[in-house]
Order: sequence, then C-alpha cells, then structure tokens
Amino acid sequence: MTLEIVCPAGTPAALRAAVKAGAHTIYCGFADETNARNFPGLNFGRAEMAEGIAFAHARGSKVLVAINTYPRAGAEHLWHAAIADAETAGADAVILADIGLLAFAAEHHPGLRRHLSVQAAAANSDIINFYADTFDVKRVVLPRVLSVPEIAAINAEIDVETEVFVFGGLCVMAEGRCSLSSYATGESPNMNGVCSPASHVKYSEEPDGLAARLGGYTIHKVGRDEPAPYPTLCKGCFTAGDKTSHTFEDPTSLNAEQLIPQLAKAGVTALKIEGRQRSRSYVAQVVRNFRAAVDAVAEGRPLPAGMLARLSEGQSGTTGAYKKTWR
Amino acid sequence: MHYAETPGSIPVFPRPAALALRLPPLAPLSVALTALARRITRRHPELLTRLGSDGAARFVIDPTDLPMVLQFDLRASEPHIRVLRRDPGGDARIAGPMAALLGLVHGVYDGDALFFSRDLVIEGDTAATLALRNAIDDAELDLSEEIDALPMTLSRPLRALIRFAERRTGVALTRPEEDY
Repeated sequence: MTLEIVCPAGTPAALRAAVKAGAHTIYCGFADETNARNFPGLNFGRAEMAEGIAFAHARGSKVLVAINTYPRAGAEHLWHAAIADAETAGADAVILADIGLLAFAAEHHPGLRRHLSVQAAAANSDIINFYADTFDVKRVVLPRVLSVPEIAAINAEIDVETEVFVFGGLCVMAEGRCSLSSYATGESPNMNGVCSPASHVKYSEEPDGLAARLGGYTIHKVGRDEPAPYPTLCKGCFTAGDKTSHTFEDPTSLNAEQLIPQLAKAGVTALKIEGRQRSRSYVAQVVRNFRAAVDAVAEGRPLPAGMLARLSEGQSGTTGAYKKTWR
Repeated sequence: MHYAETPGSIPVFPRPAALALRLPPLAPLSVALTALARRITRRHPELLTRLGSDGAARFVIDPTDLPMVLQFDLRASEPHIRVLRRDPGGDARIAGPMAALLGLVHGVYDGDALFFSRDLVIEGDTAATLALRNAIDDAELDLSEEIDALPMTLSRPLRALIRFAERRTGVALTRPEEDY
C-alpha cells in the first residue's frame, strides 16, 4: 500500500502546485485565527477554499481543512462557522485540536470526517483511544517527539490512522501548550495561530552580523557566511551560565525521507509535510520528491537520492526524535 | 512547472553590463514600471486583497547587482514605483540579485530558502514583506506577458531592458512553462 502524502498549501496557487506535483492530500486553512498559520497574505477565503477543493477533487486529490487553534471564550462562533464552511466547501476532513470543538463537530457535523491535530499533543495510545471513542476521530497527527518503535507500539494499540511529519519546520515542544511565542510577543500559535508573529519579527544587517529580534529581544546574531537565523525563541541562541548555545533546540529542520520504509512498517498511514508559510515552489519540489519516494517504497524499489537539504529552514536537516540521536 | 532545485547558483548581472545601466534616465522607467504595477493590480485584484492592511507599506526593492533601487509604494489605492540611484528608505527593504527577485515573482525560487541561504536580505517591516511575498506568489505572474499588454510607448523601454538583461545574464525573465 502506498503511503499518503499530505502536503501544505498556504495559497490557492500552492494548492494547485501541490495537486499537479502529485500530492494525494493537501491541508490548508481559512484566512483568520482559526488555523495555526495565520500569517499575512496567507490562507484561503471561503470562495477560494471551495474552488481549491473542486480543483483537487477533479484531479483525484483530497483536501483537509485545519481548524486547529483553541477558540477564545466568547468568540466560539468563528470556529463553529469555520467547521460549517469547510463542510459546505466539500472538505474531506477537518483537523481539530480543541476538545470542545471536537465535541461540537461530532454533534453538529457528524458526517464530516475528523482528524486530531498535532496541536492536541496526543502522544500515547490511551489518549488517542479516548479521542477515537468519544469524538469518532478517524486519524491522529502524532507529535514530533516519538521514535519509530514508539510509533509502532502506539499503532498496535489503536484502531485509527496515524499521520506523522516527515519534512519541514521542527517543533519539539508540547504542541498546543508551548508558550514561548506568547512570552515574547503576547501571541501564540495555540490561540492566535501565529508562532513568532511577523509583526514582532525584525531582521537587521549590522556591522557585526545579521540580527534576528522577536518582540524587541535579540534572539540570535550570525556572521556573514552563516545561514540566516530562525525567528523563534525555541531556535534562538542564548547564554546560560557560562555556555552560549541553542539552549532549547538547534536551528535545524526535519527530514525523515530515508525513514519512509521504517514508518511504513510501523503502520503509519500518512506522511505530513510542514510549510503552509512556504512558496508554491517549495511545495512543488517537496511533493515531487516525497511522491517519488513513497511510490518507490510501494513498488519495492530503492529510495531516490534526497535533494531537499537547501530547502530546509536553517539549511540543515535531522531525523528528529524518530531515531532518538538528536539532542 | 520546472522549478529550480536549489537557490545556490543564482546568476548575477555582469558588472560591465550593470555599469551601462548607469546611463539611461530613470524617469521614463519609473513611469513605465508604475503603469506596469497598476496594470497588474487591475488584472489580479486578488493580489490587493491578499496584501491586506499589512501590505500597505513602502518597500525598497534593491537589486544588488544593478545600479538602481525601486521604491514600491503600496500605501495608496494604486501602486506607485520610483526608480532611484540610492536607497531612499522605506518601511521594508528586500535586497538580492535581480535574477533572485524575478525568480520569486515567477515562482522559480522559494523566498524562505533564499533568505536562509543569505541570497536575499529582508529588513524592516517583516509583516509587510510576508504579505507582499505571499500575494505575489499566489498571483502566478508572468512579467513578460504583463509588459506585452502595456501600450507600446510604455512597454518599449521595459522590453529593451528585459532583452538586455536576458542577453547579459542568461536568465529567462518569463514564467517557466508547466511541464507536469
């Protein structure tokens, strides 16, 4: 069986590029705070979503709508409307994180397939079985903190599909609970759909290097020949005690391309590519690579050589927690 | 579409050719580029919607291999472009080789990859820059096609500049054809 490639689209053009490049499934969100990539110039209006879904369906691809932030008290109607509009637009599923929203969707939109977002941080079989039994969740996106044997063990104890990240930005915090962005800017991916909101990010070329600032804090400065620094606190460079280092995590991106055969054996259904904030060029290149890889694995051929290193944030890649060799 | 696999080898405008661009007057170029920008926003109204309030800013576009900068003003209802010899300042500055900037418009390169590899410099208002980048990426523009549709008096200087640039850098300044 071929693993399903689930790829990001921040714009209608990126969605079309993904479909043409061979994505089985595309995930995207509405242009508001209901999704965790609420950045300037990104995402879909209601009409754009319906057109994008029709375009994908006509070519045999599916579309998932991410409504994966936590509703603000008193503004729940925004999230409820997003679920209703995703169903009207013909979405194949919605990706939800908030337990109240899952209950709402199960009660009011029972025919709309529900996936559990990585933002719910469901990392063991007990909690996954709870979501499946209580809200009829059909698929769970696993957090990026599990090794391949741990994923295999979870899959042996659950009846729902699992989807794992294989490429792109790497979040190693307890997803949906991380407050680093809130600490520096007052806004977070969990509530506002923005980790390091662009309005709080400033880059400046200075005599001693390129500085990245978030909410007025300098979080990293690099020399002329180094990759540009990433604008999140978790990948910043700090001095703690007498040591200056990337205290939380190294500025590196996930690339688990070579682990696809092991992930298939571990019972994973779908491989997710991060990057709704990236261009249609990125989407097309990454999808083409991963589609070729999963097709090769399904046909018992060797994996094609990877070509994606330079597309990685921070210009370097890691297999993350999957191999547990990473700090 | 045939996309460049990596930024790494972005062509740079040869210095003698760049020096030759010091000679022509800039005012006709400013008029032609403003007409081009207005034509594009009329033909692609979704571009302005996507820019939103974040994109209502004054951008300095600095092709680092050319002896000129563009001040791209998106604060009013219609865009305005001035071509200048020196950086006049603005809300945000986007700098890089001309081929990289055009490659972004045509969807050949990924903006984040160019930024992390230091082929592209972004300074100032990051939200405005992101809005502009995303709006242009979604519009699937072909600048040559847009220029061809301008009145002859305006398109002539731009076409001449494009032919000159293509000859000197080997960069195709049109959107690549889809091949899948």
